Amino acid sequence: MSRIAVWLPLAVFAVLVGFFFKGLTLDPREQPSALIGQPVPEFQLTDLNTGQPLSREQLPQQPFLLNVWASWCITCQVEHPYLTQLSQQMPVVGLNYKDTETAAKNWLQKLGDPYAVQIFDPTGRLGLDLGVAGAPETFLVDGRGVIQARIQGEVNQRVFERQIQPLLETVQ
Amino acid sequence: MMKSVLKAGLIAWLMSVAMVTHGAIETYQFDSPEQEERFRQLGFELRCPKCQNQAIGDSDAEISGDLRAEVYRLIKEGATDEEIKEFMVARYGRYVLYSPPLDRQTLILWFGPAGLLVIGGIVVALRIRRSKQALERGESNA
Repeated sequence: MSRIAVWLPLAVFAVLVGFFFKGLTLDPREQPSALIGQPVPEFQLTDLNTGQPLSREQLPQQPFLLNVWASWCITCQVEHPYLTQLSQQMPVVGLNYKDTETAAKNWLQKLGDPYAVQIFDPTGRLGLDLGVAGAPETFLVDGRGVIQARIQGEVNQRVFERQIQPLLETVQ
Repeated sequence: MMKSVLKAGLIAWLMSVAMVTHGAIETYQFDSPEQEERFRQLGFELRCPKCQNQAIGDSDAEISGDLRAEVYRLIKEGATDEEIKEFMVARYGRYVLYSPPLDRQTLILWFGPAGLLVIGGIVVALRIRRSKQALERGESNA
C-alpha cells in the first residue's frame, strides 16, 4: 500500500470534522433574503395612526430600519425597548403585519411608539412582497430605498453591531 | 357499566381531537379539475419558508396558509406554474423550491453524488486490478 493511501482515511476524517465544525455555527432558520440589493416593493397602504394613504415615496430619504411587527408577536415586545433606543440614531419605520387596528394601537400606547412612520398591512400583502416569513423581521434600507440587509428575529445590540452597523458605514 | 362510560368518553375525546386537527383545512373553488391538480402539485413543490422541511401544502404554519392563498390567486388569474414559482423565488429565494433548477450554482447538488459514485467505482476497480496483478505474481496483498 502506498504512503498516500495510508493517510487518506485521516484526510477524509479531517474534511468531515471541518464540515461538522462549520455546521455547529450555522443556523438553518437563517435564510438569505431574495430582496437584498432590490428596492423596497411598491405598496398602496394606509398609515396606522392617521389612516391616510401611504406609499413607498413617503418613506425616509435616508438610511432607515423597516421593522415588521405585530401585537401577537412576543419577540416584538422583547426587541421593542432596543428599537426605541435605536430610533434616536436613525429612523425606524414600522410595518404592522397581519394585525388589527385596535390591537396594534393599544400595543403602541402601552409600550410606546418610537416609529417614524407606521405602515398598516392587515392582510400581509407588503409582508409577502418583502418575503417575510413571520414577525419580527427587520430590513436595513439605504438612502436610495434599496434593501441592504434583513434580520430574522430579534434585533438587539449584538445583532446591530454585527449585521447592521458595518453596512451603515458603507451606505452613508 | 363503568367501562362503557369510560369507552364513550374516550371515543368522544378522540372525535373532538379529530375535529380540531381538521379545522385548518381551507376550501378553495376551482374552475376545473386541472386547476385543482396544479394547486395540489404546487403545494407539494413549494416549501414553507418558516418551517425546516415541510411543503406549503402540508404545513399548518400561518405563512404556508398565506402562500397557498397566493398560489390560488395566481392560478385563478391565469399564471403558469413557472410564473408562480418565479413569483415565490423573487420573494422567498431559492429556498422555497423543493426541486432546485439546474444551473452553475446547483451543479454540485445535482451531479455531486453521481460524481462521488464514479470516483468510488474507479478506486475499487483500480484496487481489484492491483490485487489481481499481485496474486498473479504470487504475492499476498493485505
